[in-house]
Amino acid sequence: MNKLESINLNLYYSDFHALKNVSMSVKPNTVAALIGPSGCGKSTYLRTFNRMNDLIDNVKIDGSVLLDGKDIYDKAVVTDELRKQVGMVFQKPNPFPKSIYENVAYGLRVNGINNKKTLDESVEKSLRQSALWDEVKDKLKKSAFELSGGQQQRLCIARALAIEPTVLLMDEPASALDPISTSKIEELIYELKKKYTIVIVTHNMQQAGRVSDYTAFFYMGSLIEYGETKEIFTNPKNQQTQNYITGRFG
Amino acid sequence: MGSTIASRKRRNEQIAFWLFRILSFGVVAILFYILYFLVSNGIKAISWEFITQMPEDGMTKGGIYPAIIGTLYLVAGSMLFAFPIGVASAIYINEYTKDGIVKKFIKQMTNNLAGIPSIIFGLFGMALFVNQLKFGDSILAGSLTLGLLALPVVIRTTEEALKAVPDTFRQASLGLGASKWQTTSKVVIPIAFPNIITGLILSIGRVSGETAPILFTVAAYFLPKLPHSIFDQVMALPYHLYVITTSGTNVAESRPMAYGTALVLIVIVLIANLLANALRKYFGKKVKMN
Repeated sequence: MNKLESINLNLYYSDFHALKNVSMSVKPNTVAALIGPSGCGKSTYLRTFNRMNDLIDNVKIDGSVLLDGKDIYDKAVVTDELRKQVGMVFQKPNPFPKSIYENVAYGLRVNGINNKKTLDESVEKSLRQSALWDEVKDKLKKSAFELSGGQQQRLCIARALAIEPTVLLMDEPASALDPISTSKIEELIYELKKKYTIVIVTHNMQQAGRVSDYTAFFYMGSLIEYGETKEIFTNPKNQQTQNYITGRFG
Repeated sequence: MGSTIASRKRRNEQIAFWLFRILSFGVVAILFYILYFLVSNGIKAISWEFITQMPEDGMTKGGIYPAIIGTLYLVAGSMLFAFPIGVASAIYINEYTKDGIVKKFIKQMTNNLAGIPSIIFGLFGMALFVNQLKFGDSILAGSLTLGLLALPVVIRTTEEALKAVPDTFRQASLGLGASKWQTTSKVVIPIAFPNIITGLILSIGRVSGETAPILFTVAAYFLPKLPHSIFDQVMALPYHLYVITTSGTNVAESRPMAYGTALVLIVIVLIANLLANALRKYFGKKVKMN
């Protein structure tokens, strides 16, 4: 079964038609990359999977988005519960002004887990998963702002992993980072897909090529082409896709 | 041709620059002159007795102790009322309401509240708190009236403080399954707190110097004893200043005491500001941004 799926999804910001009839699906334990020029709707699409667009006033949605076959826009769905299953990492590292430990523990605490042993274990496990543990294990009580940008982003990934989601959404997670930090994040994505289903928005075509199994090309709110990354990059069926990938526009 | 235009441009630039410089230094000069005026006239009246004794001889001698205490009670009382309500309203406006008519309406009304002359608050306070609710002339009635006056200041500054918190923090928190209230209380308010305190500073400054709102609600002309409950009247510095300057038993003889009173009032406001600033710095360090 597909992990994520959207069927005839349309999204409007007031009068602006931002997503047009988008239908696509993501298999479990794969990485899907969303690419396309600025304003093409790829970030908006990403944010429909954890209903982040709900936070913006005057957004209207029709069509359906399925997680494990269940419509997440159903009236019975509580967004807090949905977001525990679908974690998110943002474009710029945005750790809270709290200690490293409290950043990772935050998601557990707001979900009612305050047992120190449970928290300790989860913090260590999450930081190990995001390949940050060895760098911070001696300074967990220090402020998260003392970390470098790349470390902060891996902290944000650990923070998202701590609540044990099954899906991880990444909105250009490496665009604000230097090349070394970027490659660390990319290695991490490769590791993480063993446990999670990942959808990543990226501006960087090489990155999409390196980290993803499937690639979706968006243009002006429409899904132009979707398929295996290898296929999309070597043998695109659509002329627009080819133009974008070869750098003729974007 | 080109060079004359360039030189005229430069000259105008110089004129504008000097004009603005003189004007802004002028503002500073006026402030310093006021302080100098108060200190040089008031310092003679200041003594330990002046700030710890009751007024005597028709308020021409003795001290202003009850007025100091009265003003402190009124400031504390009004803040106890205005600060929680103001902060709560600002949170509601900024975090909970969507952009639209309701939000606009509340904001417009808050602004209107800020524009009401303080004497009207005094009149309203008398009608509602003193008479209708039968609190009488009392600390309670005066504090509530002053609190109403301070509300828009608290709301406005708290709103600005909340707006200054980047949305990425809210999204990060909500993205982890936190509720809106958890996000607001655990992430947004701690980050905004140093700036919220600014609202407290501003309203303390405003409230401690107001005369009109306490005129009909709490202030006593002459009451040489301390209050026993919130239903007692008190003397207050601004009103005391008004009384001994215009309608005391002997205005001329009270003049040094008037300057002394003014100086004490200014010093209290100054101390409140410094204290709140220190608090702001302390909390600001705890949530330092990168």
